[in-house]
Amino acid sequence: MNVLEINSVSKSYSNHLALDDVSLAVPEGQIFGLLGPNGAGKTSLIRIINQITMPDKGALLFNGQPLNSNHISQIGYLPEERGLYKKMKVGEQALYLAQLKGLSEKEAKKALKIWFERFEITPWWNKKVEELSKGMAQKIQFITTVLHQPKLLIFDEPFSGFDPINATLIKDEILRLKAQGTSIIFSTHRMESVEELCDHIALIDQSKKILDGPINQIKEQYKQQIYKVDFASTDLTFLENLPQHLQLISKNKHQAEIQIVNESSASDLIRFLIDQSDIKGFEEKVPNINEIFIRTVKGNLA
Amino acid sequence: MNKIILIIKREYLSRVRKKSFLIMTILGPILMAGLILAPLLIESPDTDQQTLWVCDDSGLFESKFEKLEAINTQILKQSVEEVKLLFKESDAVAFVHIPDTSGITLKELENNVNVFAHKPISMTTKKMISRNIEAVIESIKLKNEGLTRETINKTRADVNLNTIIMSESGSEQIGSTEIAMGLSMFGGFLIYIFIFLYGAMVMRGVMEEKTSRIVEIIISSVKPFQLMMGKIIGVALVGFTQFALWILLTFALSTVATRLLVNPAELNPTELIEVSEAALSPEITQGSDMSIILTQLSSFNIPLLLGMFLFYFVGGYLMYGSLFAAIGASVESETDTQQFIMPITIPLLFAFFSLQMILENPDSSLAFWASIFPLTSPIVMMGRLPFDPPVWEIALSMVLLIIGFIFTSWIAGRIYRVGILMYGQKVNYKTLWKWIKQS
Repeated sequence: MNVLEINSVSKSYSNHLALDDVSLAVPEGQIFGLLGPNGAGKTSLIRIINQITMPDKGALLFNGQPLNSNHISQIGYLPEERGLYKKMKVGEQALYLAQLKGLSEKEAKKALKIWFERFEITPWWNKKVEELSKGMAQKIQFITTVLHQPKLLIFDEPFSGFDPINATLIKDEILRLKAQGTSIIFSTHRMESVEELCDHIALIDQSKKILDGPINQIKEQYKQQIYKVDFASTDLTFLENLPQHLQLISKNKHQAEIQIVNESSASDLIRFLIDQSDIKGFEEKVPNINEIFIRTVKGNLA
Repeated sequence: MNKIILIIKREYLSRVRKKSFLIMTILGPILMAGLILAPLLIESPDTDQQTLWVCDDSGLFESKFEKLEAINTQILKQSVEEVKLLFKESDAVAFVHIPDTSGITLKELENNVNVFAHKPISMTTKKMISRNIEAVIESIKLKNEGLTRETINKTRADVNLNTIIMSESGSEQIGSTEIAMGLSMFGGFLIYIFIFLYGAMVMRGVMEEKTSRIVEIIISSVKPFQLMMGKIIGVALVGFTQFALWILLTFALSTVATRLLVNPAELNPTELIEVSEAALSPEITQGSDMSIILTQLSSFNIPLLLGMFLFYFVGGYLMYGSLFAAIGASVESETDTQQFIMPITIPLLFAFFSLQMILENPDSSLAFWASIFPLTSPIVMMGRLPFDPPVWEIALSMVLLIIGFIFTSWIAGRIYRVGILMYGQKVNYKTLWKWIKQS
């Protein structure tokens, strides 16, 4: 079941094409990483999902229904560039934003109380936003985004502006929300957090989708048959004369990365290697998202 | 619908609760009273009386100057040269030398009165001196012609025109051009002030939302148009509250002031009754000025005027308010607003200044076109209303204002929804046009 389906959406602004025939499906209860270089069209797509702007072409389905204004209360959005009314008190502001999302004043108060206690920020209720630090304001913003228990959450760079302790706090909250069954679209440039959190990723570059799938599958797909081998001895001269189907990628004192360039298996490689030296460790090198990102975007450019 | 009410509520409460709102509400009537009272206070005579020396060679003018109250006069019998020497050491403000009349004609005398002073003397003092001398000379001239002051006074005529407006039903009412003009000016002025004060408030509010970046969060919950209209309406309610408080406060202040300043014994109750009776009686009695004003005021259809005032007040504000909101959405700093505010200011200023001309001639073609054109009609039609313009003109102007309002808020809404999410772009009229066209 997909919580959100995007079917061949295109959007152009007066002087450029922001999205070109993009189709995506966000599976329910998963964290979906929306990646792409700056200016690729991610924000345009997120704004379309939030019904801030309308697509020129294409359709969106939310829970199988065409996306409409009734779905606003089921979506929570934390934009990358965010702010609050500086002169307004924290509590009042959180109540206001929650009511705009369709909660009643009573429900909003109750939910806010729970969140403020969890984040240990109850004393901030009557403070003005301008009295808070940036990190504090970000916490308030996070709460207002998730308060109305939306089915779909969209986080655009949720960790920016947080110190490591608070970033971990937010990360744990995101994982908790996922455990409760919330679907999450997660847009970021920090690949290590993609690696850590995402189940599924899509890569948008130059207005087009160039990669899409479950993260394991993509990694599998991008594997290059490279193996990291630890040797017992430091005499690795035999690596200079490898057979045709093997290629040395790198080596140091007693470690080497070897790529198999033909169809032969890893076992063949091991067999070949134990004849030459003692092996202490053998591991397939799986590409990380960072490498995949750079490779695909560069490949797309070429 | 519920959400727009939430927005209105926030816009209203966040402004009304500000300290600056309270301060402005209290200071407003005080400043207004100050503006009215300041000239009166300045006009009132100085408490420390100055001394004026008079050297009257003929002695004809002495009696006139002795009776002056505003200034101490001292008649000096010495010759001019001696007085001049004395004056140098004295602290008298000025000394007037009126030459002997015997050797010269009155015409020559009129041009030979000198005032000596340590420093330039005030206009009031100068006028007072010349008026007194003129009075004596006039009396002499009258005498020479064989006339007396009384004869002249008897021949004076003072015509007070009673304008009687004949309605189609045949009833006759007393009207007053002065009061009509007063009402027009006041109504037009209020609308002008309101549009500027609160239009700018809308603009700053929109800019605040844009620069603080909260706008993206809000428009993921509500439509940009709802946010814009909510703000415009919320600010209008702030304006109404402030105006209502100003009127109440001014009323309270003036009541207290009259109680304190006017001795209760001076208020004659029978006089008050006479006034109200005079106001009720259809014919013009010899009652006080107040009664005339009241009768004349009643000749205007007050509920209609008030209703129309509200219509143009609200219509004009809504139209300009949405334009101000569009400006706020297009720019990122106060300094960038100037180029866009200019074209809005011009029709407003034009309307306000042409109001004066239109009042002189409320049926001119300038008056007609300006009261039909939506950007100027709220101010100009308000000015024309007390002069009973044709009904079709009023109706046309009202319909056009409604169309104008719908049109400007449509345009503004289109600029707003794009502009509010645009950062770091140099915005000019070409970009605005692109935004309007963008689907």
